[in-house]
Amino acid sequence: MTDQEILAGLAEIIDEIAGVPADEVTPEKNFVEDLDIDSLSMVEIAVAAQDKFGVEIPDEQLKDLKTVQDVVTFVSKNS
Amino acid sequence: MSSNDRVSVVVTGLGATTPLGGDVASTWSAMLAGTSGVRRITDDWVSSLPVQIAATAAEDPVAVVGRVQARRMDRCEQFALVAAREAWADAGSPAVDPWRLGVAVTSGIGGIGSTLSAYDTLRDKGWERISPYTVPMLMPNGAAGWISIELGARAGAHALVSACASGAETIGYGIDMIRAGRADVVVAGGAEAAIMALNIGAFAVMRAMSTRNDDPERASRPFDKGRDGFVLGEGAGVVVLESLDHALARGAKIYAVAAGAGYSADAFHISHGSPDGAGVRYAMTSAISSAGISPSQVVHVNAHATSTPEGDPLEARAIADALGSASSGCVVTSTKSMTGHLLGGAGAVETVASILALRDRVAPPTINLDDIDDEVTIDVATKARPLPDGASNGDGPRRPLAVLNNAFGFGGHNVTLAFTEFISEEA
Repeated sequence: MTDQEILAGLAEIIDEIAGVPADEVTPEKNFVEDLDIDSLSMVEIAVAAQDKFGVEIPDEQLKDLKTVQDVVTFVSKNS
Repeated sequence: MSSNDRVSVVVTGLGATTPLGGDVASTWSAMLAGTSGVRRITDDWVSSLPVQIAATAAEDPVAVVGRVQARRMDRCEQFALVAAREAWADAGSPAVDPWRLGVAVTSGIGGIGSTLSAYDTLRDKGWERISPYTVPMLMPNGAAGWISIELGARAGAHALVSACASGAETIGYGIDMIRAGRADVVVAGGAEAAIMALNIGAFAVMRAMSTRNDDPERASRPFDKGRDGFVLGEGAGVVVLESLDHALARGAKIYAVAAGAGYSADAFHISHGSPDGAGVRYAMTSAISSAGISPSQVVHVNAHATSTPEGDPLEARAIADALGSASSGCVVTSTKSMTGHLLGGAGAVETVASILALRDRVAPPTINLDDIDDEVTIDVATKARPLPDGASNGDGPRRPLAVLNNAFGFGGHNVTLAFTEFISEEA
């Protein structure tokens, strides 16, 4: 899966769960500060991402995934 | 200030979303027209249940709340937020110090739909798939929390729980918040969203529900000889309560005075009302005395009457006893004949109806009352009926008309709220 495909899949998840339009989900965006996503929704997004991309995101990793690019990189490395 | 030097509390905003309409205006006009909100449920989940009718909400709250926020909220919280927004806008979105703005909004059961679906997810997919919003969705105080966040209300957010008396009791608590000087404005009400298999099964096994499945619109028939139980409804009612001084200072539209509240506990049985009706009578008498009125001023009672064989005549007798000789001048109705029983939302929606009855001087009808129970001697409106003019007081100033709203709950809770017309001192 290319980074572009991961980004598109992630944007879809974020739109569904947090209502952020897909075109706003760009690599440099910080989940909390830019996209206004709280820790509860972040858990939901992580679970949906695990299902969609077939990766495990342990809690200790999740807290380090601050930006959209962080998730894309994590998925890319671990899937 | 009222004569006993207590902070007077007035109602300055109304909101509702019910089986009859998605707002106050549509609900009220449907009530006056005697419309039933009860429908046949055709979903698969009712097929094994003895009850296949309910008064479902006229308008889907998700469309009003918005998809993303709605997925974090139980349906009862969504109803509460819809009604709260309407009431707040109706009150003119008052400018008020956040620390002087309170919320008192509840539900009888809480987010039972979210609880059940979260359990299905837990069992079928595991704990990690449960929504992280499950706890705030199932807690009965969730609506109070959400509304306080939306309005920035910081004087306190409360949710009193007393089964089907919850909405009325929580409005009573809101009145007390203002009387106690804790707040200038309180958004108060109740909501419920419990039309699902477990609840219907659980009430049906108590033999509390109507099984008139073939004739849904005729199923809720309070005080009628043919009544066979209540019909479950859903939705919310919310009022904006305000200190009279605060309302006058901003030139607010005033619907009514939230004049008093009375409470009692039957201390008899966990789900049966005490047959002597003493608890209901005590709540009504206390509300009258708390409001500083006399029974002759009470021109209308919005009864709790749910259409159960046992409860309706008990309440009718208690109304007659509490009002005494004045009961002949009082028009009683049960709007549950149209909305079904909204449980924790009932006392709140019926508070809205009581206040509008006072404003428009008209009692909405009790529909399906074809053959009144022999034990019911009070005057029940079967069609929308004009209310009597103001009680005379010799040559003195006209005494305000009053309406009462009864709400009772399993556990033996009895609540009566009293509202009086607002007569401005300049008048």
